[in-house]
Amino acid sequence: MRFPITAMTAASALALAACSSSPPEQLPPQPAPVQETPAPAPTPTPTGPVPGTNAHFMSQMQGRNVVYFDTDKFDIDADDAASLQAQAEWLMRFPDSQATIEGHCDERGTRDYNLALGERRANAAKNYLVGLGVDAGRLSTVSYGKERPVALGSDEASWARNRRAATIVID
Amino acid sequence: MKQFIAFFALFLAPVPALAQQEAAAPPPAADAGIVLPPEDDDEGGLTGSVTDESAWQDLGIAIPAFATNANVATPANAQGTYELGRELARVITSDLRNNGLFRPVGPDALPRPEFAQINSPSWPTWRARSAEMLVHGYVQAGADGRLTVGCYLYDIQLQEQLEREGWVVEPEDWRRAAHKCSDLIYSRLSGESPFFDSKIAYIAESGPKDARIKRLAIMDSDGANHRFITNGRSTALTPRYSPDYKSLVYLSYINGNPRIYVYDIGTGQQRLVTQSNNPTFSPRWSPDGRSILYSMAVGGNTDIYRVSANGGQSTRLTNSPGLDVGGSYSPDGSRIVFESDRSGAQQCYVMDADGSNQRRISFFGGRCATPEWSPRGDQIAFTHVVGDLRVAVMSPSGRNMRHLTDGWQDEAPTWAPNGRIIQFFRTARNSGDASLWQVDLTGRNERRLPTPIGASDPSWGPVLP
Repeated sequence: MRFPITAMTAASALALAACSSSPPEQLPPQPAPVQETPAPAPTPTPTGPVPGTNAHFMSQMQGRNVVYFDTDKFDIDADDAASLQAQAEWLMRFPDSQATIEGHCDERGTRDYNLALGERRANAAKNYLVGLGVDAGRLSTVSYGKERPVALGSDEASWARNRRAATIVID
Repeated sequence: MKQFIAFFALFLAPVPALAQQEAAAPPPAADAGIVLPPEDDDEGGLTGSVTDESAWQDLGIAIPAFATNANVATPANAQGTYELGRELARVITSDLRNNGLFRPVGPDALPRPEFAQINSPSWPTWRARSAEMLVHGYVQAGADGRLTVGCYLYDIQLQEQLEREGWVVEPEDWRRAAHKCSDLIYSRLSGESPFFDSKIAYIAESGPKDARIKRLAIMDSDGANHRFITNGRSTALTPRYSPDYKSLVYLSYINGNPRIYVYDIGTGQQRLVTQSNNPTFSPRWSPDGRSILYSMAVGGNTDIYRVSANGGQSTRLTNSPGLDVGGSYSPDGSRIVFESDRSGAQQCYVMDADGSNQRRISFFGGRCATPEWSPRGDQIAFTHVVGDLRVAVMSPSGRNMRHLTDGWQDEAPTWAPNGRIIQFFRTARNSGDASLWQVDLTGRNERRLPTPIGASDPSWGPVLP
């Protein structure tokens, strides 16, 4: 299912953050400020990330920049598809942007095989985005195998969070 | 290999051409070949003292300090050749203690023989202590600074000399002379091939689990002469020593993507094994060092390729829709064992060296990963994944599988040059801390190898020439 970006509220952002691997550091950007009067004080007001940047992508995705996989699998399930749909929409909104998709594995596999599996997962995400209309030339992949976990425990919950493909916009 | 000369033609059989040519030069000693200590009967008694009587109780091999004809300065030891003789015996004692076959007693618990006693042991002294085997040795510094080290193995009960050999080494290579002596003793008493005089490449690890620093490092088989090769700014993985020890092939993220490089130890230069926009990983040398196997992912699918060690065009060896990874040659270079998930999960397969005749060999349940062919050819070590990761061995036909370890996560076995001992790395639950371990083919005598920091991906090279 999709969350229209304009409907994103602080409450929904928090709800989504609960299942995301990278909670947003700040809320989505406010509507464009009206610049009718000069600011009375030089205090800089946060205006949110610059549209088209990775920070903007992350704030818009609310954790959906990452898709997750079952053990030793690389297929895109319904949750993954919804996340990739959101990624594709953003990428098509900013057609000059380029992105890298990082493929990762949990620690419970051998090193070399996990490099291959991470590459396969990154490509699965990439191919799905291409299928949604994103130019393949804008997307690169890199596998980190089991070298860069985000969840540090040795338990099923941690491993589930580490079996992932993360899309990063190249600034 | 520089300036390392074995005297005895008898022991030169397995030594490559370079060393044979060196040894063909006139030996510094007479027809017997060995450098014998000069006879000197001025002093008859023993010197030194027994400082640990309890150690005698289990004595299998007595290894007193090596003698020297004169205590002279040497770069190998700040206190000269006299103290160096003690260090040599300590290294040998440590080598022999750490494989479970012997009960060595070292120089700190034994009287020190005189130079003249090296080829004429004081039998009553040793026999009275019920030692079974006795090692004597000496070290001499030559005018050119090089060291001559002699090694003698005696059967105390028989009062017979079993082996003797000598080597001339540069001072910085003094530990190699000790390892050669260990190899001489080990081979004679166990009937197995030597392995102590060899090196290990591995990945040194430090830092937290989610930001681990991984550096390429090398060391001697006993952990000495440790050296970091890379600085840790980019992740390094899965090194392999070339058979001649002149270079290392390994994976680096130095350009942001995983690629395999050949690092020249002499020059410090490195180059890509193959020019490609695709990720390359899991590099392996052929036994003759002329070619390199690697795995390359194209569009998410990984296959195994072979390329000349000098570069050039690659040959694709596998062509399955599964992930085909790794590869380890049989010692004769005719076959390759590798892993593939073409059946749905990682299993081990064997193919001919040209990629033909691919067939699965692992049918015992669980997953079969990181297969490594023994240098003797009779076994394949691998990581058996059934939830936990354990090191196991099987025959080249996939039969007689047995586990050697029972850890939570033991992976990536690498063989000692003699095919009788396996090293691997063990990862700790939660912390992810990794360390190098060693186990023999019985599954007993498991021990941790000392490394300065965390360690993974060990790769044991051949015996040095």
